[in-house]
Amino acid sequence: MSNGNLKQRLESCEHFQKFKAYADKILAMSNDSLEKTIAVALSLSFVCAILVSFSAVALKPLQIENKAMDMKRNILDVAGLLTDDTDIHQAFAELVEEKLVNLETGDYVEDMDPASYDQRKAAKDPKLSVAIPPEKDIAHIRRKAKIAKIYLVKKGDKIDSIILPVHGYGLWSTMYGFLALEADGQTVKSINFYDQAETPGLGGEVVNPKWRALWKGKKVYDENGNVALTLVKGNVDPSRPDAVYKVDALAGATLTSNGVSNLIKFWLGEDGFKPFLDKIRSNG
Amino acid sequence: MSAVIDKETKKVLIDPLVNNNPITLQVLGICSALAVTSQMSTSLIMALALTSVTACSSAAISSIRNHIPGSIRIIVQMTIIASLVIVVDQILKAFAYEISKQLSVFVGLIITNCIVMGRAEAYAMKNPPLASFLDGIGNGAGYSLILIIVAFFRELFGSGKLLGIDILPLQQDGGWYVPNGLMLLPPSAFFIIGIIIWVFREWKPEQQEEPDFKILDIAHGEGGHH
Repeated sequence: MSNGNLKQRLESCEHFQKFKAYADKILAMSNDSLEKTIAVALSLSFVCAILVSFSAVALKPLQIENKAMDMKRNILDVAGLLTDDTDIHQAFAELVEEKLVNLETGDYVEDMDPASYDQRKAAKDPKLSVAIPPEKDIAHIRRKAKIAKIYLVKKGDKIDSIILPVHGYGLWSTMYGFLALEADGQTVKSINFYDQAETPGLGGEVVNPKWRALWKGKKVYDENGNVALTLVKGNVDPSRPDAVYKVDALAGATLTSNGVSNLIKFWLGEDGFKPFLDKIRSNG
Repeated sequence: MSAVIDKETKKVLIDPLVNNNPITLQVLGICSALAVTSQMSTSLIMALALTSVTACSSAAISSIRNHIPGSIRIIVQMTIIASLVIVVDQILKAFAYEISKQLSVFVGLIITNCIVMGRAEAYAMKNPPLASFLDGIGNGAGYSLILIIVAFFRELFGSGKLLGIDILPLQQDGGWYVPNGLMLLPPSAFFIIGIIIWVFREWKPEQQEEPDFKILDIAHGEGGHH
């Protein structure tokens, strides 16, 4: 009913009549006339623009949801809280606390909302980030956000694990990941990379669970407080006293492995989270 | 009448698989065939994405083919293809997030895939929409076939897996198979595609090209007297 009604109303509308007459005139023209060329170009762009913007806008909520879910899944994973039947949103809300940390002083930032802060965006914003001098920029990231977003997993009142965002350049890509430390700020719990484009099967093995398992129990700082944790070629000899600072490098991926060593050194050093971790340790 | 249509339909759909394969005979679309074939799962999604883009863009271009001005022909085709690729990319990001992360830029690069443009220009500009749609499906399937063959060998011998499931137990996990690192790098796809082309052209000698020049056979006295 409404269809026939609409058609009738359209046909009786003067503007529609004019438009239809004009469209018929254009369609009847020679394809190579200037007017038709412009009309085809404009109407095609119009239709395509509507198609593209409709799909982008309509699918946006799903895409944002996917991204947020993926991030939470990675954080739970690196904290060792992820099982096959975990309800990710629920587990994240119950177990994980988001915190902002001023990288220079190592203090918590209390007057900002962690949920709405995006460290990756801030690292590109000149007001929210600082340039890293080239001689210190071992992770090849050029700028870092002044404030970092970290995650704490608490058991009761005590901190159970500290999850730090780390990133640095590998062979092809900037690798973004999380490093989970025990409450002592010294022992590694786990590491994972959620965004990287290294060679699949070689450098891409940074996501391999078997390789990631090698990190568990490794120590970050030596007696002098320097970052000693690094990747080494070949198998780590467990009988050597410094084995606790060494992780097997990835086979066939020297440059990716160097990138991982460098980003660990940078983010756990003075320019990264060391001031913060020192404070956590001294507060017990 | 229907028999004729069926024969034509069959030809449009089946020919691009072996007889007129876009990768092995026309040697188009090699770039993405090298880039995404280190795993079966990414290859399958890429094949699906390219097939749907080729089919839909061919159908869309064919339906307006009588009104496309010759002077902006290529731009019109590119606009339609690019729009469809963006839609596919958005859909993957919404419904297959993990895979879209792995495919990264290569979905966007379907825009520049010569197969899509090639079918638009060679077929869709001259044939009705349904036939163009089927031609897109057929050529997409020809591309998919080669991608899946290449990915099968690369994933099996490069990481001992198929679709992520362990097939050959790796030595590093206590098995016997030492994975071939070359298989994980893009150049290995060159070798595999080369071998596939060789097999196809031995099987179908009519695909062999005339040599561009003949090597002079001096021993038999032909040529050589200048």
